[in-house]
Amino acid sequence: MNYWPLLGVAVVVLGFALRRNPALVVVVAGLVSGIAAGKPPGELLELLGTAFVNNRNLLLFVLTLPVIGLLERHGLRERARGWIAGFRSLTLARLLVAYLGLRQLLSMLGLYDLAGHAQTVRPLLAPMSEAAAAQDEPLDEPTRDRVRALAAATDNIGRFFGEDVFLAFAGVLLIQGFYAGHGIALEPLAIGLWALPTAIAAFVIHAMRIAWFQRRLRRVAERRRDADA
Amino acid sequence: MLTLEPVYLLIGAFLLLAAALDLRSRRLAMAAFWAILSLPFLAGEAILAAARHGTHWPAQAMGIGVIALGVMAAIGDRRPSGDEAALANTREAEAIRLGNRLFGPALLIPLVTLLVALAAQYGPAPLRALVDAKQSTLIALGIASVVALAVALRVTGARIGAGLHEGHRLLDTLGWAALLPMLLATLGSVFAATGVGDAIAALVSVVIPTDSRIACLLAFAFGIVLFTAIMGNAFAAFPVLMAGIGLPLLVQRHGAHPAVLGSIGMLTGYCGTLLTPMAANFNIVPVVLLELPDQYAVIRAQLPTALVLFVVNVALLWLLAF
Repeated sequence: MNYWPLLGVAVVVLGFALRRNPALVVVVAGLVSGIAAGKPPGELLELLGTAFVNNRNLLLFVLTLPVIGLLERHGLRERARGWIAGFRSLTLARLLVAYLGLRQLLSMLGLYDLAGHAQTVRPLLAPMSEAAAAQDEPLDEPTRDRVRALAAATDNIGRFFGEDVFLAFAGVLLIQGFYAGHGIALEPLAIGLWALPTAIAAFVIHAMRIAWFQRRLRRVAERRRDADA
Repeated sequence: MLTLEPVYLLIGAFLLLAAALDLRSRRLAMAAFWAILSLPFLAGEAILAAARHGTHWPAQAMGIGVIALGVMAAIGDRRPSGDEAALANTREAEAIRLGNRLFGPALLIPLVTLLVALAAQYGPAPLRALVDAKQSTLIALGIASVVALAVALRVTGARIGAGLHEGHRLLDTLGWAALLPMLLATLGSVFAATGVGDAIAALVSVVIPTDSRIACLLAFAFGIVLFTAIMGNAFAAFPVLMAGIGLPLLVQRHGAHPAVLGSIGMLTGYCGTLLTPMAANFNIVPVVLLELPDQYAVIRAQLPTALVLFVVNVALLWLLAF
């Protein structure tokens, strides 16, 4: 067993810990791992090139940028904020928990690419969350950033813990394929159903955290009001 | 039949246009960056076909391009375009003028994606024959982006040039973060091809006491989280940990239920995805898109959920798998 390729993993850990540019860290890690495995330079370059081309579907979100950019230029984020501010009873917790549930349900139906950070979080969910959080008290900058981060986190969690219930999801097929390769036949339905307990747990845990976050916001706002009074 | 190829060509053309716009405003490093990145989209199929037929130089040249992109990402400057604040008043005015009509095109993206994807999967046979079913969601997203842009141009009364200009502005804001998901997936392939997974599995199986059911379960759970964090992807970690611990020790020796172990095991790996900058498209791209000062802001927001859910998953595995 050749353990030297693990040097690539060390490069990744060290590079991220020292907060070097992630793109450069990743490229260097690939080169180190390849050289440590004794790959000839030509073969390593070809491996890099073909793998890069094979994964180009990950850049598909770029196509949504012209629409989103255009709508933002014409005030989409301002409108999203204004619209939410019109609903006095809509709190941050209600908005984010509803989004979490909806995102999980849609992902379970296989519609996990419906929403995302470029197409829904930046133009809609993040400004709406800010507006909902600012119903009682205007947000200072660090709090606003934490609201935005929570919106992005909610999108990720809703997606991750819904998609594995979908039967044709690549993850379910990967699990089935692995067992099939080792002589154990499983139905995708059985695999998808066992993802349900975790999906429910993820919803409960994250919804509670959202509620706590809002309560903390309220308490800080009240304390500030008391201090002012 | 409609495949992803025309969608890729569209992306390539957009990236090339971004390069031309940067070239015109004398941002040479940015221009070169987008020009190189357009290659896998404009010539990707040709590069893969050549490699299959034994012509290695196009893929090797692409490999050199990947290294160049990494270096340029590190040295290139990311100057934010300074017109943001100056345009705030126009944006407010436009928001009032257009009102809720602005939501239409934004919501069209998911809506058209949904309709096209559903039609391609479950629609009448002639519709299904039109779109490649294996990639229907991604093709649908491509179609939806174009439809939504057309409607957005109508709603706002802007010209197509303005749309492309705004898209380019967002692309420049993203900069290297746009590239990161592709680079990380590439690294995953390199790790797989150089035997990194096998080495880790070998190390783990040396360390754990295989007679203890709980020790094997914990090694599997921590292993899949750790390995997912390193690779940025639970899919890459799953086969490694299953081959190293899951199948030989948990299923075959201690009699774990394969479907439970596979499903909840994978979701335990997902807790690792929530914790790692290696999962860039989920954890780093939104930081840049939302203009957050802390590179790890989204990971921080996910950390408590991920940790509690990890404990729950281990408990579920213990209760349901045995």
